[in-house]
Amino acid sequence: MRAATQLEKRSQIDRRGFLRVSASAAGGLLVALYLDVPAFAQEGNQAPPQKVYPPDAFVHIRNDGKILITVNRLEFGQGVQTSLPMILADEMDADWSQVIAELAPAADVYKDPIFGIQMVGGSGSIAHSFGQYRELGARTRAMLIAAAADRWHVSPDQCRTENSVVFGPGNRSARYAELAKDAARKPIPEKARLKNPSEFRIIGKKVRRLDSRPKCDGSLKFGLDLDLPGMKTAIVAHPPVFGGKVRGFDDKHARAIDGVREVFEIPLTKGSGLAVVADRFWAAKLARDRLKIDWDLTGIEHPDSSQLWSSYKELAHKPGNVAVSRGDEKAMDKIAARSRIVAEYEFPYLAHAPMEPLNATVRFNGDRAEAWVPSQFQTMDQMAIAEVLGLKPEQVTFHTEFAGGGFGRRATIDAHVPREAALIAKRLRGTPVKLVWTREDDVRGGYYRPMHAHRVEIGIGPDGLPAAWRHVVVGQSLLAGTPFAMMIKNGVDETAVEGTSDTSYNVPNFHVSVHHPTLNVPVLWWRSVGHTHNAFVMETLIDELATRAKMDPIAYRRRLLKADAKKLRSVLDLLAEKGAWRSSVPKGRAVGVACHESFGTAVACAVEVSIENKRPKIHRVTVAVNCGLAVNPLTVESQFQAGLGFGVTQLMARGAITFKDGRVEQRNFDGYTPPYIIDAPVNVDVHIVPSGEAPTGCGEPPVPVISPAVVNALAKLTGKRYRSLPLASL
Amino acid sequence: MATYHLNVNGQRKQVNVDPSTPLLWVLREELNMTGTKYGCGISACGACTVHLDGIATRSCVVPVSLLNDRPIVTIEGIGADPVGRTVQDAWVDKDVVQCGYCQSGQIMSAVALLKATPKPTDANIEESMGGNLCRCATYVRIREAIKSASQQLK
Repeated sequence: MRAATQLEKRSQIDRRGFLRVSASAAGGLLVALYLDVPAFAQEGNQAPPQKVYPPDAFVHIRNDGKILITVNRLEFGQGVQTSLPMILADEMDADWSQVIAELAPAADVYKDPIFGIQMVGGSGSIAHSFGQYRELGARTRAMLIAAAADRWHVSPDQCRTENSVVFGPGNRSARYAELAKDAARKPIPEKARLKNPSEFRIIGKKVRRLDSRPKCDGSLKFGLDLDLPGMKTAIVAHPPVFGGKVRGFDDKHARAIDGVREVFEIPLTKGSGLAVVADRFWAAKLARDRLKIDWDLTGIEHPDSSQLWSSYKELAHKPGNVAVSRGDEKAMDKIAARSRIVAEYEFPYLAHAPMEPLNATVRFNGDRAEAWVPSQFQTMDQMAIAEVLGLKPEQVTFHTEFAGGGFGRRATIDAHVPREAALIAKRLRGTPVKLVWTREDDVRGGYYRPMHAHRVEIGIGPDGLPAAWRHVVVGQSLLAGTPFAMMIKNGVDETAVEGTSDTSYNVPNFHVSVHHPTLNVPVLWWRSVGHTHNAFVMETLIDELATRAKMDPIAYRRRLLKADAKKLRSVLDLLAEKGAWRSSVPKGRAVGVACHESFGTAVACAVEVSIENKRPKIHRVTVAVNCGLAVNPLTVESQFQAGLGFGVTQLMARGAITFKDGRVEQRNFDGYTPPYIIDAPVNVDVHIVPSGEAPTGCGEPPVPVISPAVVNALAKLTGKRYRSLPLASL
Repeated sequence: MATYHLNVNGQRKQVNVDPSTPLLWVLREELNMTGTKYGCGISACGACTVHLDGIATRSCVVPVSLLNDRPIVTIEGIGADPVGRTVQDAWVDKDVVQCGYCQSGQIMSAVALLKATPKPTDANIEESMGGNLCRCATYVRIREAIKSASQQLK
């Protein structure tokens, strides 16, 4: 498998070319099976499907027996390069040991069947493509059976399949590879019987990742590892304040460096920057460091974190645009002050900081272009490159490269990184240009989880349950000023209040409103989006209420949940059942609980914490998950073990991006510090609720629960409530 | 520009680069060995970890001019070492990787740890692996894989 994967990767460009030739040659000499866009992907209320380009496919049965399955998503850690092929291979009855997976280039056929663009986001890869990949597998199987039945002059009903072989009456059998050529000439069946879940052989099993070995021996190529003949490396000097532009520059010392080829100004989404192009990264970096740039920073905002907090907190005292208004707005006034809680929260800007710095490679040949991008938003990135180069999107051949993380950062609506690469490639016509954002560019470059202030007033009823709830959220809108702005309803960007406005807790008088200040700091979805701060607020307050009511935190939550919150109830039950975390908690440690539902997946966790070196030490997490059918329980386990660790980012002492006089005060991992091994949970036990329901996502749902659970444990140890992030020294 | 002779994975290599060029970029761009990763450039993340004289070293801050003929081992060469191969196999067996970008550096640090401390405690692991950032936070499985490799090497 390892050698084959490497071979596939090396010959990727050539073979894609071959695939297209072969498809138009209707089979040709080599055995290939192609399937068109599934019919169900064209249904619903989306725009009518556009022309399919290129005529690529999902399944390629090779004559050596290998089955190449194309993955319509970026692989950047979440495991879809394994789990999507599992789904197709299962319905197809393929021999899993012979399956190879590859990432799809940009093409209409690979668009998300629900979202209508090619992308990874919203934890939708499995949720949206489960049915699609099952259908594709089942139809492929039906075509192989039809070919075998024809060959043997028997009815398809008399044939069965197993491990890439069709079996017929009288001990007849034929391998898929032998049948593929004939099968490719069969019409694609409009309907094919899907397996009964009891017939699944691969789905639901713990299957190891297909991309492990090449990621452990250094052979897997990420976007940043790309090397093309004659390729140049570009680095851009960005303005120190968002929106600034180049007024003048002196590049004499920069150009004196060996290997530096070009220095020129390029427009940015806002303002402008200076691009340095060199033969190698190091020369480009040295040259950029030596540029003398006179920046025009007039007429633009200069954000300052302390001023922003003051204005955000002031705003939080006034009602904003109404997200939810349920029950009596005056109910609070009837509750005595001693039965009220007033809580103010602070959440800073957060950078995604994926391990692989941002990059994009583009070659422009005048009437065509080719791009290699680790992209979460292939459709947007391809369109942006085409726009910059004056081409149609289909004139840009777009390769999806493996990405070293992303967490939302490679899903930008303005496609600013590929856009910069295209602007530079346009000037260097014919030369492939790899644009690299250094870590400093990444940390200082914006597109952050927005900072937020929350102000919550809760009136507690005689039963200890919240009787009235007033909640004001302040934070920049992710969607304002983008083509998705039409999703803002009544001045409310749902991504700012998700997890609060749609809470599963039953509060009779419940009022949530939001202010969206506008500011020149670019903001972006950060793994689990609005749930990062909303779950923290909800789950710390519910914990406080439970403590005040002297009730068990799980029992309190169960009592408060709405009747239809079945998934959340199921995970709380499972967490209670796996009760080892309750007993034998060593001295100096405490257990905190939190639960939250996001992206259709419910999660509950119990976290055992102590304080070491003034920081929380997370010894053990017990986590219960309901994600519907777990397609690959091993992936679910991994996503939860590590996703909880990712969620610790917002507790880190240096887990904040801050501004002074318009400038970002951090520059690299020394100033903005994500969790290292010592900060992450030592042990994580993952328990999955058995379910036959449609699968839901696992990429984002682990993130929101961990930080509230940790501070709920800290509250038991110190008696204090923690409402300001990042978490100060304890 | 100056010419340097390097000893990489037991092979003699010649490169012609600026003396300030970090070993990381010599490996990646002159020798086309891209398994060693760029993550931060300031030795804060460990993605660029190689073995220099057998010691886990951040290649992003070691200029080529300081290397001489000291032996360099990278992720591409560590599989030839029995401990290295065992650690890589444990990583695959425990399904450690997610995005995988940091794992070259994690593996190089883990091999150095196990060579010095064949039976590491959690505290040893936290100390030796403490500078290797994994943004996916696969740390639970990294611990498991190190302990598993340690068992295998008994």
